[in-house]
Amino acid sequence: MTQPETAVDHYVGMFESLDHAEAGGAGELRRRAMDRFAGLGFPTMKNEDWHYTSVAPIATRSFNRTGSPTSLSAGELDQYLFDSPDWTRLVFVDGWLAPELSSVHDHPGVQISDLSSMLREGGKVPQLGTIADHETVAFTALNTALMQDGAVITVAGNVEVAQPIHLVFLSAHPVPQAASFPRNLVVLEKGARATVIESYVGLRDESYLTVSVTEIALGEGARLEHIKVQNESAGAFHVATIQARQERDSDLHSFSYASGAELSRTNVNTLLDGSGSSCTMNGMYMVSGSQHVDHQTSIEHAQPNTTSREIYKGILDGHSHGVFNGKVYVRPEAQKTDGKQSNNNLLLSDHARVDTKPQLEIFADDVKCTHGATVGRLDEVALFYMKSRGLDAEQARTLLIYAFAADVLEEITVKPVKDALEAAVFARVRGGKLEMASD
Amino acid sequence: MLEIKGLRANIGENEILKGIDLTVNKGEIHAVMGPNGSGKSTLAQVIAGHPAYEVTAGSVTYDGQDLLDMEPEERAQAGIFLAFQYPVEIPGVTNAYFLRSAYNAVRKARGEEEVDPLEFLDVMEEKMKLVDMDPSMLNRSVNAGFSGGEKKRNEIVQLAVLNPRLAILDETDSGLDIDALRIVADGVNKLRTPEKSAIVVTHYQRLLNYIVPDFVHVLAGGRIVKSGGKELALELEEHGYDWIQNEQSAAGAGSRA
Repeated sequence: MTQPETAVDHYVGMFESLDHAEAGGAGELRRRAMDRFAGLGFPTMKNEDWHYTSVAPIATRSFNRTGSPTSLSAGELDQYLFDSPDWTRLVFVDGWLAPELSSVHDHPGVQISDLSSMLREGGKVPQLGTIADHETVAFTALNTALMQDGAVITVAGNVEVAQPIHLVFLSAHPVPQAASFPRNLVVLEKGARATVIESYVGLRDESYLTVSVTEIALGEGARLEHIKVQNESAGAFHVATIQARQERDSDLHSFSYASGAELSRTNVNTLLDGSGSSCTMNGMYMVSGSQHVDHQTSIEHAQPNTTSREIYKGILDGHSHGVFNGKVYVRPEAQKTDGKQSNNNLLLSDHARVDTKPQLEIFADDVKCTHGATVGRLDEVALFYMKSRGLDAEQARTLLIYAFAADVLEEITVKPVKDALEAAVFARVRGGKLEMASD
Repeated sequence: MLEIKGLRANIGENEILKGIDLTVNKGEIHAVMGPNGSGKSTLAQVIAGHPAYEVTAGSVTYDGQDLLDMEPEERAQAGIFLAFQYPVEIPGVTNAYFLRSAYNAVRKARGEEEVDPLEFLDVMEEKMKLVDMDPSMLNRSVNAGFSGGEKKRNEIVQLAVLNPRLAILDETDSGLDIDALRIVADGVNKLRTPEKSAIVVTHYQRLLNYIVPDFVHVLAGGRIVKSGGKELALELEEHGYDWIQNEQSAAGAGSRA
């Protein structure tokens, strides 16, 4: 490891200071994960999965896990929410559940609890730590060792939850260099259907760290709509992993939106582990200034007749840097795999940069897989066309930028989220340039 | 209305227009004809303000204003409309949204009230009938996946909605079959008033059977080499552009003698 030993030692020390009650029913899991993190250390750019993203800004700072939530009033939240009163909403502040800001609607066949109280009672949480990989993935190991709180959602067989479940992770850390480690588990049993939205929002401008992990298990024929909205503060560091395992005929429809944080990395991974299972993985990133935004997705076709569809779009301005790495693995037994992937990037400045890396590894012979990546600028001819119809330069640029994002935003089936993200695109584009999210 | 004097324009290092003089008065229709590469589309695009062309000499005055000093959107707001030879596809922006944004931009510039989507629908229904356009196209992205004929008809819908005082049709007839040509030309004719003018850029005479010009100008090598009435188009049809070019080189030889 080239980074200072102290970076890892710092977190080991933090782990040792967790009290027994807090470690709770996951004591062994935490201990194992901490050992693995100590062994792995923070990834360096020599690691293939981190080739375009340096986590040195995280590794060289000493972030401290926040012990209790900052108290907030409901009014402080409103501008960050797009949910309606019918939705179940769990709000976590600095990593911990804030019951006074949360509301859970009872629904037959649906259990929604917070992880911390489940563990604190010494209870076990089945499947926790069995889906995401804390053995070889450093940030997942770190999260597993230090996980605070999050939602544990179980939907019983053939139960359909009509209203979305909104998990809001607010960072309001009262001191600089604070860290939170949210951890969620979503289990949909056979034939169940649900929508889960994760929002990450920062209320302060100080530098802080969020390392989150969400594990998803989809039973036979289950269908999950999962949306992640990352609007962290401009000084934040954000590393998130969403890891799903899908049984036969299940469907995961995922969308990842990233526009905040100084440095963010989102991993969206699924294992299509049953015949006929499918996933749609879409996403959009919109950054400016000196922001760095990285998405890494992995779709593993492990069984025959599995389908994946993936569209990620990026809008980059200023000196920002975007990274997209889309992995698609097709195992030898996964015949009749049907996969399509695309990543399109729009650069609004000469200094913005994108590294895009589609990565297909196919070991079956009867498959249909395509991928494509583009990096381009606003079309001058289209701009002239619009201006020649009376639209001014700003209107024309704004409309073209919006149009670039429109087709992927269209894919979001939860209308209030779609509307909020469309509005966010319009709001952030001023004079045809992207403004900083915090402005 | 429009007065062009000694207009020269380059694209990159190449001079395309080499001194154009043209005056268009209120209510007149001028046809600009010429062989490929003569500069006729360049002339149309320079009037609309295409940024790829650099004007190196001459002047263009529109209603007493210096047109070359105006941005493309200001020209559109002042009543100039270019129907593109190759209409641009804009995936992700619906025709309805685009047309309403344009309509409102032009209305705003004229000091008129902007209209809401419902009011605009009434405006649209009438205009789309002009060119026999299916209302479902309103919800489709601008020109995306349109056939050549649909794109050209969409240009005329935009023309009808924006109601310009000076319309420039750049090879609107190219790529149209005879039925589509008639529909498009009928649409243009229905929009004619004694207050409005048009410049019809075309390679072939056939469009001028439907949109009858008051004047015909022949462009060759970046200059207007011959002007006349509508009968000039018929002569061209009969003799081809070589006839003009031969006549020109004969005259050139004569002057050198």
